[in-house]
Parts: sequence; C-alpha cells; structure tokens
Amino acid sequence: MSNGSLLSVQGLKKHFLLERTRLFGPRERVYAVDGVSFELQRGETLGLVGESGCGKSTLGRTILHLIEPTAGKIFFEGRDITDLKPGELKTLRARMQIIFQDPYSSLNPRLTVEHIVGDALKTHGLAGGGEVPNRVAAMLDKVGIHREKMRCFPHEFSGGQRQRIGIARALILQPKLIICDEPVSALDVSIQAQVINLLADLKKEFQLSYILIAHDLSVVNHVSDRIAVMYLGKVIELTTKKKLLTQPLHPYTQALMSAVPVLDPDKKKKRIILKGDVPSPVNPPSGCRFHPRCFKAMEVCSRVEPLWAEVEPEHFAMCHLYGACQPH
Amino acid sequence: MDRLLTVRDLKIYFHILAGTVRAVDGVDFHIDQGETVGVVGESGCGKSVTAMALLQLIPMPPGELVGGTAEFEGMDLLRFGSDQIRKVRGNRISMIFQEPMTSLNPVFTIGNQIGEAIELHQGLNPRQAEEKAVEMLDLVGIPDPRRRVKEYPHQLSGGMRQRVMIGMALSCNPALLIADEPTTALDVTVQAQILELMLDLQKKINMSILMITHNLGVIAEVANRVIVMYCGKIVESADVHSIFHQPMHPYTRQLLASVPHLGVDQGRLQEIPGAVPNLYNLPPGCDFHPRCAEAAESCQRRRPELNAMKPGHWVACHRAAGRGA
Amino acid sequence: MSIHSASANTASHLAEAPYSPPRARFWGFEYIPAERQLLHSFLSNWLVLGALAMLILLVFIAVFAHWVAPVDPLEQTLKARLTPPIWNERGISPYYLGTDRLGRDVLSNIIYGLRISLLVGFFAVGISMIIGLTLGLTAGYKRGFWETFIMRAVDVQLSLPLIMVALCFMVIFGQGLWKMIIVLAIAGWAEYARTVRGTVLSIREKEYVESAHALGFGPWTIMVKYLLINSITPVLVLSAVQVPRVIILEATLSFLGLGVPVTTPSIGLAIARGYQVLFSGSWWASIFPGLALMLLVACINIVADWLRDALEPRSREQV
Repeated sequence: MSNGSLLSVQGLKKHFLLERTRLFGPRERVYAVDGVSFELQRGETLGLVGESGCGKSTLGRTILHLIEPTAGKIFFEGRDITDLKPGELKTLRARMQIIFQDPYSSLNPRLTVEHIVGDALKTHGLAGGGEVPNRVAAMLDKVGIHREKMRCFPHEFSGGQRQRIGIARALILQPKLIICDEPVSALDVSIQAQVINLLADLKKEFQLSYILIAHDLSVVNHVSDRIAVMYLGKVIELTTKKKLLTQPLHPYTQALMSAVPVLDPDKKKKRIILKGDVPSPVNPPSGCRFHPRCFKAMEVCSRVEPLWAEVEPEHFAMCHLYGACQPH
Repeated sequence: MDRLLTVRDLKIYFHILAGTVRAVDGVDFHIDQGETVGVVGESGCGKSVTAMALLQLIPMPPGELVGGTAEFEGMDLLRFGSDQIRKVRGNRISMIFQEPMTSLNPVFTIGNQIGEAIELHQGLNPRQAEEKAVEMLDLVGIPDPRRRVKEYPHQLSGGMRQRVMIGMALSCNPALLIADEPTTALDVTVQAQILELMLDLQKKINMSILMITHNLGVIAEVANRVIVMYCGKIVESADVHSIFHQPMHPYTRQLLASVPHLGVDQGRLQEIPGAVPNLYNLPPGCDFHPRCAEAAESCQRRRPELNAMKPGHWVACHRAAGRGA
Repeated sequence: MSIHSASANTASHLAEAPYSPPRARFWGFEYIPAERQLLHSFLSNWLVLGALAMLILLVFIAVFAHWVAPVDPLEQTLKARLTPPIWNERGISPYYLGTDRLGRDVLSNIIYGLRISLLVGFFAVGISMIIGLTLGLTAGYKRGFWETFIMRAVDVQLSLPLIMVALCFMVIFGQGLWKMIIVLAIAGWAEYARTVRGTVLSIREKEYVESAHALGFGPWTIMVKYLLINSITPVLVLSAVQVPRVIILEATLSFLGLGVPVTTPSIGLAIARGYQVLFSGSWWASIFPGLALMLLVACINIVADWLRDALEPRSREQV
C-alpha cells in the first residue's frame, strides 16, 4: 500500500486477446504488460524507456484507465483505483491526464482551440459558461499560445504549437499526474527543446508528477529523476538517472546505452551489438525474456524467470546475474 | 580522393496553389569516392528533395528544375533522358528510404525483389539472379539466407527489411548510396546494427554514402563531412569534427545546444525560439534571422552567401563573416 | 509571470506566422479550409455553376408551382385531349407542352411533379440519413453485439429488392405520399449505416478520441462531438448521390403504379400515362416529363460529383 507515494503500481498486467487463429483451443494473447511494479513520488518524473513492443505506451494508458488492466493493482493518492465504476472514474480523470505523441492527430480537427481546451471544464463543473474563455486564455498564456488564436482550428497551427495546445488541454483540469506519451518524438529537433523546457517549467509551477514515455534515451535522461527500462512487457531495471548512466546493471540496459549515438565524432565508443530483433510480445521466450539476445546469458536464464530485486539501494533489476534467491 | 559527384547551384521549385515553394534554392556540394557525406536539417529544409532530384525522382509538374547541374561520371544527371537515368538508378547510384515497412512490395518474395535489379542491370537469368540475391542477403547479415530468399516481406521484422533494402541497393555495386533517413523508423538497438552494417559494407566495396537525416547523433557516428541545410539552402558545410566542435553558423550552434546530450548535464536546454518558416512565406534577407540569437540589422537586408571561413569549412552567415573565424 | 512563460510567449511571436487561409462563411457557419478549396474550385467550373443555377431555378419553380403553372394539373379538359405542344399548328394556348389522354396539361403536371420529386427526394434521404447515421454510429462505437446485429440488418436490407418492399408496404398500409417517403427511407438507410460505421471505425482509434475519454467525457458527447462531426464528409457525399437515386426510384415506382396515388401529380405517373399513347404519335405526353426528370437528375448529379471530388481528403505533399 502507499506510503505517501502518489502512484503505486503492483503486479500490473495487461493482456490482449488476438483474433481466433485456430478453431479450437485458447486464443493467442499479446502479453503487452506482464507484471510491472513501481512507485511514483509526488513531484517526481519517472522516465519509461524501451523499444517497440515493450509495452510502455500500454502501461501508461492502463494506469490511466484508458485500457482496463487484466490483473494487478493500481493505487493513486492512497486509493485503490483498479476497479472503478464509471462515475468514480470521471472524478479520477481530473487528477490524471495524458499528453499524446502525434500533434497532427491528437486534436479534434473540427473544434476550435477554445473548445478543445475548455470543454473539460464544463464537463467537470469546474467553470461556468462565461468563465471558460478566460480560463482557457490564461492556460494558453502559460503554454505560449496567443490568446487571440482561441477561435482558430488545429490545422492553423504548427506541430509544436499543437503540442502546446495538447499540454494546455491536459493541464486545465489541474491534475497531479501527467503521462507524457512520446511528447516530442514527432516534432522537429529545434522545437523539441521548447516543449521539453515548457514541460519542466510547468512541472515546477504546478507541482506535477510526470511519467515520461519515450524511446529516445537522451530526452528521457535529461528530463527524468528516475528511469525505468522496459523489455517485452516487464520493467527490467529501475533506478536514478545517474546510476543508470554510470552503472547499468541489466545487460539490455547496457546494450541500450551503448547503442545511443553520441554527439561527438571523436568519442567512438565500444558498441554492444545485440543479435537478432526484438521478439514479438505474443510468444515471449521462456525464462528470462531477454536471454536469446543476451550477451551474458547463462544456462539458468533460459529456464527460470529472474525475480525483481533491489540489487543496491534504490537500484532495482530483474536479472540472474544479481539474483537473490530464486526457486529452481 | 577522386571526385564522384559535383552538384552546382541546384534549384528546384514547386508550384502549388498557395504560391511557389523554393524547396531547394541554390545548393552546391560534392562527394568524393569512399566518403560519407551527411546532410542534416529539419522538415522542409530540402534535404530529401535534393537527393531525389539527383535520380530525377521529383514529379516535374508541380516541381520544376529551375537550374543547376549534377555532374556524375562526366555527365549531368539532371539532364539525362528517362532511359539514361533508368540505367543509373539501382545500378550506379542506389537509394534507400525511411519506411522499410512500405518500401518492399508485399506480393513478391524478397529474392525476387533483389533479383529484379540484378536481372535488369547485369543481364543475368532468374536462377543466377537468385544466387546473387542469396549472396547479398548473406552480405547484409541475414541469417539462413537460402530460406529467407523465398520469404515475403511481411515475414521479416523492420530491421531485417531495412537490411533487405540495403541488399537491393548494393546488388549492383553502386558507386553512390543515397540513404534517406534509413534508421529513423527503427529502434535504437536496430539502428546501431544497421549503421554498423552500412559502414562495414562501405569499406568492403569502397562506396560513397550520402546520408540524409535529422538525427545529429547518427551524423556524428557515420559522416566524414556534414552539410547543414535550412529552408532549401546550405547554411554550413564542413568536416564532421569542425561541425561538432567549432560550428560557425548560429543555426548549427543553437541546434547543437538545444539537443539533449546523453551523459552531459545541460541544465535548461537552449531553445531556438519560433519555428521553421513556411517555404512560401520566407522572411526577408537571411531565412534564419528571426530566430537567430546573433542576428543584426544587416541580416534582414541581404541573403548571406556561402563563404569559406577556413579551407573546407563553408558558412552562409553575415555575422560569421564579420567574426572572421 | 515567470521568465520562462515570458520566453515561451516571445517564442510564439517570432517568425511563426502560420498560414491562415481566409475563412469561408457558408450559411452562417464557418468552413474549415478543406472546404475553402471547394469554393474556389466551384466558382471556376462553369458546368457546375450552370448545373447549380438550373437546380435553383427548378426548385424555385417547384416551390412556387401554384403561380408558375399555367393550369391546374388535375383538371381534365376532355375536349382538349392530346393537344400537341404550342409550336405545332394544332397547339392551344395555355397548354404549352400539350395535353395527355385525359386533357391534363403536361407542363403543369411536370411543374407539380417536380415538387413531389424534390419533396420525396429530400425527405426520404433526410429520414434515411438520420436512421442510418444513428445506427452506423452505434455500430461503430459500441461494437460487439450491437455492431453485429446492425450490420446483419444492413445486409438483409440491401438484399431485399425495392419493388418487393414497396409492394408489401402498399398492400399492408395502402398508398400515399408520406407512405411512399417512408418506403424510400427504409430502402436507403442501409448505405448510410454502412458508410458511417466504416468512418467511425477508422477514427475511433485516433488520439483525439482517446483524449476525449481521458478528459472524462461521456459516451454521447464523444459520439456526437468527436465521432459524428468527423464523419460528416462521407455522409454529405453519399447524400448528394442518394437524392437523385431516390427521385428516380419514386418515378419508377409511380410509373409502375406502386408510388404516389393517382390523384397526386408525379413525373413518373405522367410518363406512365404518356407511355400509353406514345407510339400512336402523341409523343409529348411522355417525352417532356422524361426530359424534365433527366434534367433534374443530371443537375443534381453534376453538383454531387463536384462535391465528392472537392471534399476528398487531400494528402498534403511534404516538401
């Protein structure tokens, strides 16, 4: 149970059922998120990093109840929110929000900015009809959009501006937790810094907590306090960003770190090149999910799944190399 | 080193309803044998258009070749007839694209697709072409090539499809490989594999690479020389060390300062204010001046020319010229 | 306000002057500029302009039929039966296009018949649009059992021949203008349902719909403000095609005697009656109503084709 933490996730799982491929027998499952546990403190930014198919986007949406969890528990602000009825879910929505990846499809093309940002206020009864434009204008100021553009449609804005509008929409309900799903990957490089800085400023001003989902390790590293690395539906390492950078424990993290290109042509580093491709989450490998590609794989790795353990203070990993007692 | 390709004053405009878009507006560069030239820039800077123009892949209405030459093996690529340019494509100059998912034809086997170019340009029969295709698959590091050569694109992952694309591109031993954002759609570990493969193959067959990307990290990894483009023009061109350690154009400097560097504690990122302007609504004088931290009066009046600040280091900036070096 | 927000404000002042296309105002509400291109292509296409002008004229004539038509269409003047059109030497004055077998004025019947055609066209399509939209939206949004049920109903509906449906309806409920409209509405809803369901399926996974869920909007709000509003374009296109189709259907059914009752002037009825005397030389009673129908439908089709082309989503060329 929570001990003052804002969000506590325990053993969270989300499996999707695929269409029937055989006439008899159980349907195949996609093990998108398969047993994730972590805590998020107030005012903390947790970076969630991993490659395609690792389940990070699914995890974010499951926490938010946009997708219903298959198993596990979620505690938010001390309350168990795993099984909520629609009425209670609505009040929860005002406390947790999400920012999406694609600025070109995350805003309703037929609504003006005023409606995109302001409608939620009316639905949650936070402002009356006349007050809404003022609140919207104030929020647009905070994210750096001219208030005169309130009556414009999304297509009249650039990608960076649309992303700001999406941020305004998420913030207008004054949530405590914001899931940022790849907030800058679809933007031009010179705009990414603007949005990253904006998110940092807003966090300070409104005392927010973020879960930042991204595949770009440099961005995650810059913004986060702690970083969780995901692989095939499981979090395989979780620690502060400094420790992750200097002492990555899990071989996958080490490979990931070494794969990130360095912005200095003189520093050629020793690359760890992984064999093969990321396997599909439909048929995950037995034992440790990473063992077929792991350059430090041992015999036990193909048989037994490692436990999630605190290898050092504040440094968790799921790997037999640091294994605490496992059952054989 | 021998000069392979020389592009002079390339100008390509597009005529659309809203006006004329100067996609490429006076671009000069060259590529030598065996070197990798990186072209870096953001959306709308004209890097893809430049590359596609070399192989005449730009649809000519609405596009228009307003001027310029591209000298390759003694002749001007831009003025080839359609038969001549087809002999060059896939043969002397090959191109690979960003989306491996959609670059391959889903209804033909990969052996068939690699073999197509071989049959066409080298005149081999289908059986021989398939043999060569197996060789190529092996060269690009696909395990069990004999089985794979009969498979269809949907049976392969993104990384493998990109390797197949590389295999197709290299099947006729081109002198130049144009790679348009080849790793943008791939995961970072797969990206590392593909970049390593490209560098490896480049050494093996002494090929030149024109690498187009918006990712500065990829440039730092693979390029020998770098060209920075903005709004259809080259703003800076130098060897890779100079670009990263002594960038002279404010755009290059500000871009490098605004990107998070892994392992470097940057505090607050230095943003570049505003956004890339619309190509049919460019600011007067220097395109970058409204966003430039070092802009002066003269920057709004005249468009800056590309000048050599140091041997091999070209910059198009009034302020840099004033600064000297 | 902190310096950070100040710099963010300057950020949006500089350089960025996003392309603000002029807003087109159409019937009081603003179009977003996919439709502005529409206005532009419209005004530059004389055929479409001509067709729309003719259409407006026809509607005008139909609405003011009482003042435009020379004679009461139902009035039978037996001594003037089978009078040829006015330019023939035997033509008689108020019967400009001649009369039919019972002395009814052809022109007046065309004018009043147009009114019926347009009435039936718009109402039948309107009702089927409402039914089809609702069902299609429900099927696309709810999925599961409702989707299967509604889509199978669509399949059944589309496999029933119209004539049979009209016949059954007539046998059970009798004839009448509004009964005819209902029959045609029943014949038309399935297309709408299928089209709307398809569109809803393609947009329900988009991030802006997800954002509506994340903001806590109820299902009705999401269905109307997010799904329906963004499915309008194919619905408009379909309507523009359905209207002429329904008009022809009404004429067909009336021709066969399964449509409006004989006391209501209809172009189909006029054609049917004229058909009986067609080969004995009195061609005008059948041909003119036929031509009028053709003109009406052609104009609607031209405007509809242009509308469909102009509203096609254009892929923005990345330069």
